[in-house]
Parts: sequence; structure tokens; C-alpha cells
Amino acid sequence: MSMITVKHLKKSFGALEVLKDISTEIQEKEVVCVIGPSGSGKSTFLRCLNKLEEITGGHVIIDGQDITNPKTDINKIRQDIGMVFQSFNLFPHLTVLENICLAPTKVRAASKEAAKQQALELLVKVGMKEKANQYPGELSGGQKQRVAIARALAMNPKIMLFDEPTSALDPEMVGEVLEVMKQLAQEGMTMVVVTHEMGFAREVGDRVLFMDGGYIVEENVPVALFTNPQHERTKAFLSKVL
Amino acid sequence: MDIIKQALPYIQTGLKVTIFIFLVALILGLVVGLVMALLRLSHNKVLNAIAKIYVNAFRGTPILVQLFFFYYGVNSLGFLSMDKTTAGIVTVGLNAGAYFTEVIRAGIQSIDKGQTEAARSLGLTGMQNMRYVILPQAVRRMLPTFTNQAIISLKDTSLLSIIGITDLTQQGQVVIAATYEAFKIWLVIGIVYFIMIYLLSLLASYLERRFEVR
Repeated sequence: MSMITVKHLKKSFGALEVLKDISTEIQEKEVVCVIGPSGSGKSTFLRCLNKLEEITGGHVIIDGQDITNPKTDINKIRQDIGMVFQSFNLFPHLTVLENICLAPTKVRAASKEAAKQQALELLVKVGMKEKANQYPGELSGGQKQRVAIARALAMNPKIMLFDEPTSALDPEMVGEVLEVMKQLAQEGMTMVVVTHEMGFAREVGDRVLFMDGGYIVEENVPVALFTNPQHERTKAFLSKVL
Repeated sequence: MDIIKQALPYIQTGLKVTIFIFLVALILGLVVGLVMALLRLSHNKVLNAIAKIYVNAFRGTPILVQLFFFYYGVNSLGFLSMDKTTAGIVTVGLNAGAYFTEVIRAGIQSIDKGQTEAARSLGLTGMQNMRYVILPQAVRRMLPTFTNQAIISLKDTSLLSIIGITDLTQQGQVVIAATYEAFKIWLVIGIVYFIMIYLLSLLASYLERRFEVR
């Protein structure tokens, strides 16, 4: 069974229809990159996967549970879906360590010691151990994003969602974040990545979705999509960004 | 100086009453303000309307009228009898609460939406998000306005002397009735209020430093 199943997903903001009819399946351990012009609905699509956006129509099924069913406890589902944002969204009043420990201690009722231990291991993994007791305001963009990844991983999620994780970074910091993501992918994390980093999509992605106008216009393995796009719109987009 | 010495026991009594009423009213105002702010932010239209009516009613009428309403008005209905102190605390507390409601609401809304999204995406419930993520940040931003309202409420307590509560102002009147030393006594009473408010603002700036977001 697939990890994420999306069936005829629709999303409107008032009269504006952003997602018109999205259907796809994402398997366990698969890394799916979502590309497309701005306004194509790719971020909205991602945000529907953990119901940060109310879903207007269709179904999103996460590991067998339909999150569009009002009876589904979305808080429970979200514990298994980590999310990384373009603007980091670290909690500025908490230290790096406290940022990472908050959800495990408050949501999973982990002991402070166990949470701290795990947080330190995650910080080693993202190369941020020496900043454990600093506040987000003291970190660079790339460092903030690596902490945000560690924070999401602290809940031991089955799925990680990335919403343009490198778009707000200075160019020299993009690499350090992509490196952490690449490592995650190699460890077998199921990942959905909305990105403008075509190099990353090509190298790390198992599959690439090209979105435009609220539809998935084309999807394929990266090599095929990048070297031999089938649709005119895909060709036009790729010719501009590659 | 003799007169001051004579007046001192009265001033002490009054000061105690003023501080007691102020503190209880402040706590009442904060609790009511927080609850009403959350109602104000809820998507439930009825709850929202309740909070709006409360805020508008207390902001739109003079506190003296509110005091008379609670002490004379509500008591005249006969189904409950508030003593002076209770009526005073309720008036000052609910009055402050209306302003606190708006301060807290604005403070909560000033926190970036991304904070809530990050918290909810980690599985925190709405209440956990409020408690651990939003309020700690919002409180820091609210502190200066909180201080302002607390100072206003402290000064408002002097109005309670009108219904005979033995607060600092009322005790001043008592001393003057006995000594006819209006100038000296009001000067002293004024200084006592000033010192209280000065200490309050010192406390506020200490708290502001403590809650500072790095």
C-alpha cells in the first residue's frame, strides 16, 4: 500500500480554484520532487498533505487513514508527518534544543532526558551540535533550516514534507541544507519536496511532478522529465529554469 | 510633620486596601481578558459576539457609571448582595479586563502565522500551540501595554472612595475632615500613589528584560 494516496484533490480559496484535480500516489521511501512555476499550486498541494489547508474536495490518504474524514484525528496524523518551511518558523523564544524537544515532550510525553538525548543526536546529524543552547536569532539561515529539519525529525515521522526549504537562503547556504536532505533520502525517508533546485530534483528525486495551473501536468523519473519532457508547458518551464 | 505622623496610620490602612483591591482586580482582569481574547479569536460567531459586547460595553461607558451600576444597580435587584469591596473589585477588574482583551488579542494576532503552522505540523493541539508557542511570545510584546493598563487601573481604584471603600483616597478625606490640612495631605497621598506607580513601572521593565526574545 502506498504511503500517500491523493484522489481528485481540490482546493479553493474563496472563488479562486488553486488545485483543480490532483491524483497521485507516493510509495514508502520514495522521494518526490514537485516543481512548477509560482502560482501553480505546488505549495498548496504540499500543505494539503498534512491538512494545514482545509481540503475542499477529494481525498488524501496517509498510511491508510483518510485525513479528509472529519473523524480522523489530524493531530495524531501530523505527528507522523514532519514539515519544513521556506521561512524556517523556528520558535524564537526557545533555544535550539528546546525547539527540538518541545513536541516530543508535550505531544508524545517523552521524558526531558530522553528528548534531550535524541535532540543532541539529531543535532549531530545535521551538524549543529555546538549551537544547541543558542537561540534561533543567533543562527544563519542555513543553520536555522538544519535545526528546523532536526525539529521535524524529533517526532520520528514516516513522511517529511519540504516547502521550498532553500528558497529563503543565501546561495552559499543552500548546499548545507540540501546535503542534509540528501542524507535523509538515502536513509529511506519518504519525502515530498517542493523545490526550485532542479539539480537536487534530478539527483535525489525518484520521481518529479511538474505542476501548472492547479494540475499535475506531467510526472516521470527525473532523467526522463528533464531530458525528454512530453508536454509543451513542461518544455516551456524547463527551458526557462535549466 | 506632626500632621503627617497623625495621618500615617490612616494612610497605611488606605494603602493596604488600595493594594489589595488593585491586585485582586488585576488578576480578575487578566483572567477575564485572556478568556475573552480567546473567544474573540474563535471562529464561533456566538462566542465572538459575547466577547465583542463585553469589550464594547466596558470601553463605551465611564468606570464611575459601571461602579454605580454594580454597587447600587445590581444590588438593588435583590438576588445578590455585593459588599463595597466586591463591587469595587468587580468594577475595576472587569473594566481592566475589557482593555486586556484587546491587548491580548492584538498580541496573539501579531505573532507570525508560521509559528502556529510549525507547531500544528508537529502535532501540537490548538491549546498546546497557544500555551507553549504563541502566548510566551505574545506576552513579551504585550508587556508595555499591560503596564499602561495596570497603572490606569491602579489610579481608577481611587474612584472607589466614592462608595465608601476605605482606600487611600478615602482615608485622605478622613484625615482632612479631622485636620483641615488639605494641601499637605493631598500632596502626601499623591506622593504615595506616585511611588506605587513608579515601583510598578520598575517591575514592568524588569519583566520586559526577563522575557526578552534573543
